[in-house]
Amino acid sequence: MKSKKPSIPYLGWMLVFTIVPLLMVLYYAFTDDTGAFTMENFTNVADYSHIFLYSLYVALISTLICLVLAYPVSYSISRCSERKQSIIVMFLMVPMWMNFLLRVYAWVLILQSYGPLDTMLQFFGIHLKLIGNTGAIIVGMVYEFLPFMILPLHAVMSKIDDSLIEAAQDLGCSGVYVFRKVIFPLSIPGIISGVTMVFVPTASTFLVAQYLGGDQLMIGDVIERVFQFNHNTGSAIALVLMVVILGFLVFMNRFGDKEAVGR
Amino acid sequence: MKKSVVSLKDINFKYSNEVILNNISLDIYDKEFITLLGPSGCGKTTTLRIIAGFETPQEGEVFFDGEKVNDLPPHKRNVNTVFQKYALFPHLNVFDNVAFGLKLKKLPKAEIEEKVKKMLAIVDLKGYEKRSVRSLSGGQQQRVAIARALVCDPKLVLLDEPLGALDLKLRKDMQIELKQLQQKTQKTFVYVTHDQEEALTMSDRVVVMNNGVIAQIGTPEDVYNEPANAFVADFIGEANILNGIMLRDKKVRILGVELDCVDKGFAHDQPVDVVIRPEDIEVVDPSQAKLVGVVEDVIFKGVHFEMSVRCHDCQWLIHSTVAQKVGEEIGMRVDPFNIHIMNKMFLAPDNTIITEVYYSDKENNTTTFLLEGEEVTIPDTYYEEGQKLRIVLPPDAVYIAADGVGMLDEVYIESVIWKGEHNEIILESDERKWIMQSDIDEQVATYVSLGFDFSKATICEVK
Amino acid sequence: MKKKGQKIYFAVIMAFLYLPIVYLIAYSFNDGKTSVWKGFTMKWYTALFNDAQIMGSLYNTLIIALLASVIATVLGTLASIGIYNFKGGVRSAIQNISNIPIVNPEIVTGVSLMLLFTFAGTMMGFEMGFVTVLLAHIGFCTPYVILNVTPRIKQMDSSLYEAALDLGCSPVQAFFKVVLHELMPGIFSGFLISFTYSLDDFVITYFTRGSRFQTLPVQIYTMTHQRINPKANALSALLFVTVLVILIISNIVSSRKDKEAAR
Repeated sequence: MKSKKPSIPYLGWMLVFTIVPLLMVLYYAFTDDTGAFTMENFTNVADYSHIFLYSLYVALISTLICLVLAYPVSYSISRCSERKQSIIVMFLMVPMWMNFLLRVYAWVLILQSYGPLDTMLQFFGIHLKLIGNTGAIIVGMVYEFLPFMILPLHAVMSKIDDSLIEAAQDLGCSGVYVFRKVIFPLSIPGIISGVTMVFVPTASTFLVAQYLGGDQLMIGDVIERVFQFNHNTGSAIALVLMVVILGFLVFMNRFGDKEAVGR
Repeated sequence: MKKSVVSLKDINFKYSNEVILNNISLDIYDKEFITLLGPSGCGKTTTLRIIAGFETPQEGEVFFDGEKVNDLPPHKRNVNTVFQKYALFPHLNVFDNVAFGLKLKKLPKAEIEEKVKKMLAIVDLKGYEKRSVRSLSGGQQQRVAIARALVCDPKLVLLDEPLGALDLKLRKDMQIELKQLQQKTQKTFVYVTHDQEEALTMSDRVVVMNNGVIAQIGTPEDVYNEPANAFVADFIGEANILNGIMLRDKKVRILGVELDCVDKGFAHDQPVDVVIRPEDIEVVDPSQAKLVGVVEDVIFKGVHFEMSVRCHDCQWLIHSTVAQKVGEEIGMRVDPFNIHIMNKMFLAPDNTIITEVYYSDKENNTTTFLLEGEEVTIPDTYYEEGQKLRIVLPPDAVYIAADGVGMLDEVYIESVIWKGEHNEIILESDERKWIMQSDIDEQVATYVSLGFDFSKATICEVK
Repeated sequence: MKKKGQKIYFAVIMAFLYLPIVYLIAYSFNDGKTSVWKGFTMKWYTALFNDAQIMGSLYNTLIIALLASVIATVLGTLASIGIYNFKGGVRSAIQNISNIPIVNPEIVTGVSLMLLFTFAGTMMGFEMGFVTVLLAHIGFCTPYVILNVTPRIKQMDSSLYEAALDLGCSPVQAFFKVVLHELMPGIFSGFLISFTYSLDDFVITYFTRGSRFQTLPVQIYTMTHQRINPKANALSALLFVTVLVILIISNIVSSRKDKEAAR
């Protein structure tokens, strides 16, 4: 119990299966197929910069929609009795445990032409292309990751004591004021972790765009495709993605710390 | 010569460079109830853990029955511990907790059952065998912990503040029970506490510890009546501790008054600490006493009155069965054998620094020297570079500075003792000790930053 | 309280989460390949169970999940204890490295392991398959075990371990007789999380499986990628029911435990 030795197998494991692979990504990103140093891979990355930006854009919009949808739900769950809360949380988790490809596939079925939604809209004389566009990708993302926003928000909000809200009301706060001065500030840690948990996978995921976006690809899909013929450029894209995501995480962490100090 | 079951020889223990035990030597005799007493951070628990085998001292030797056991792991030592928060195994019931050690010894089942039952009866927990330990009250958990340790029939039972978590009433009852248990089982008990009353009530011998060293070892009567130094006097019971000067054998001067005492063997005019217990001061008519003071405050304490008396700018504490009026002048008489003289903990009256001028600035009239690697500048003083200096800082020239602005950082407060008019504080920096005065009750065992007021210092050149 | 509005909103969100799954399941009983209802059938279920490939991948998935979660649990529990005995900076550095597979985008972890395995494969002459997938799964499961076990170590009263030694246990005996009991809840939840993540993983498996080894999520990908396959609907229905049953049971068990603890 007082010894560091039990961690030796895992320390070795981390070296071989975490650090070495990342170093290999680094190595491939800076070399060509003969193994000579080159920066060319990164010039190739520039060709995909529009997809990078597109992925971040989709991630941002999806995250915002998730936040707006999840916030009121999380709050109303957090005001239920404890027993009810645990049941609701369970039902929120059931779709999460379903295989993620099947969940995307469900939306392919729903949004496809002559699918149920299309048929319904056509009945009202509305003719829209429901699948194969950014909207469909965002719907898919929101569907995939909404529970990841609700759960951390709920976790934080359920710890806000009812008496705090009552005390604020007792002191003459209007509903809006109670929200601004009590509920919102206390829920910020939940918002931060929810945003992190939605944004990161949304920006980096692959296949959702392939299923719902038609020809529109996201950066994850690009990495997969490029890797099929060029490990070097693929590594460079992966490296850039990793740096962007880690930068985002560091930023969110800092932001969270500042909020915590500010209060 | 009594037989010692455990003996510690010159134990030094460091924890990440911090000295926890400084040259501790201690003999523990067979069948005695010995208590390690001291404020938190004094090293008493560490001493216990060294005996149990949870810690290995960097220097020094631990003997069990004359055999060196420094490297013997805890599970091979014939000692058992009662932990501070009992450390009962939550997944086992009362019976299995108590039987834990016996099962490891692979005793036959019937024997285990018999021993556990007997032990539970001794600690008054008959019929609790199947209960979950979590359902027990604090006192009951305590008994299970004691039973679990005693049932293994150890040579030595170590108890680490076992009553700390109980409320006052229960604690008093358990003190008596523990003492009786020790006498009944004829085991050697090593008990750790910071509660001086507990120590005095239960122990055959008390080991008073402070700042990693043993201040005194003795019977409860000894440490109360003949404290070895001001720290012991202050820590055990209530005491008036004053600065005095030993004029000659059996004659001491305090507050300018010469008093008779029974101590001898001190040097001529040696500064000493004088202890007078509040109950040893007799209130008499002012004309009949050398010490005269004015009553400032009287509090009824049940069996006696506690009075605060001002005498020569000095606050005295007196316990008396007769209350005096506030504002009244009274005489205070102390029998010579109730005046206890002790060597000072800090032998010199002042802090003396012998140093060399590191550099000096004639224009600004300053002199700078190095103190434990830091530059310290004396204002309004000029000596040439390289000049040897002797700087004498009286206790009131040293002060505790706000964080970061002191001249010497990370100084450890070793003791704070109220000397009637002000606190006498002894501090320890990397290389030496310091003495200072303060009216503030500084927190012992904390780190502070020291500042020096050189206008009160005497500085002279040394050849 | 505007209870009614809250309830309606909550119902809408729940509908959003569940309707796609309900639709998916409903059409698993459709006797036809399109979204037009052609009558009730069970033929997709029979087809599913008769599909040796799907059943084979299910078997692979379960074996991988079981092995990976057991090995990750042992490795992670030992590692947690060892890491806990490191001090300050070193400890947090190790923890940060250990968390890389959790915070890094899955696709980056996937391609980095692929680089490692292809490289090692050409050096040592093996192809990616069962073993590489297993190694990859152990790699991303172990950090979750550590995250679950470490708080239990922190909470554990260290004197329990010392008490066991004091009563005559050797360090190893003390671990099995006392410490393990204390860490069990953390170890168990770490195991469960590992098991479910391993069952569900697509991205990392996709990159480390080589050309022949199939797991269920990969099978789902081949079934649903760019085509409609009612067998996938049938599979969804079965998975959904399984997940639902497991979650309900675990919910009942944990609420019973709570009640017992309250007593």
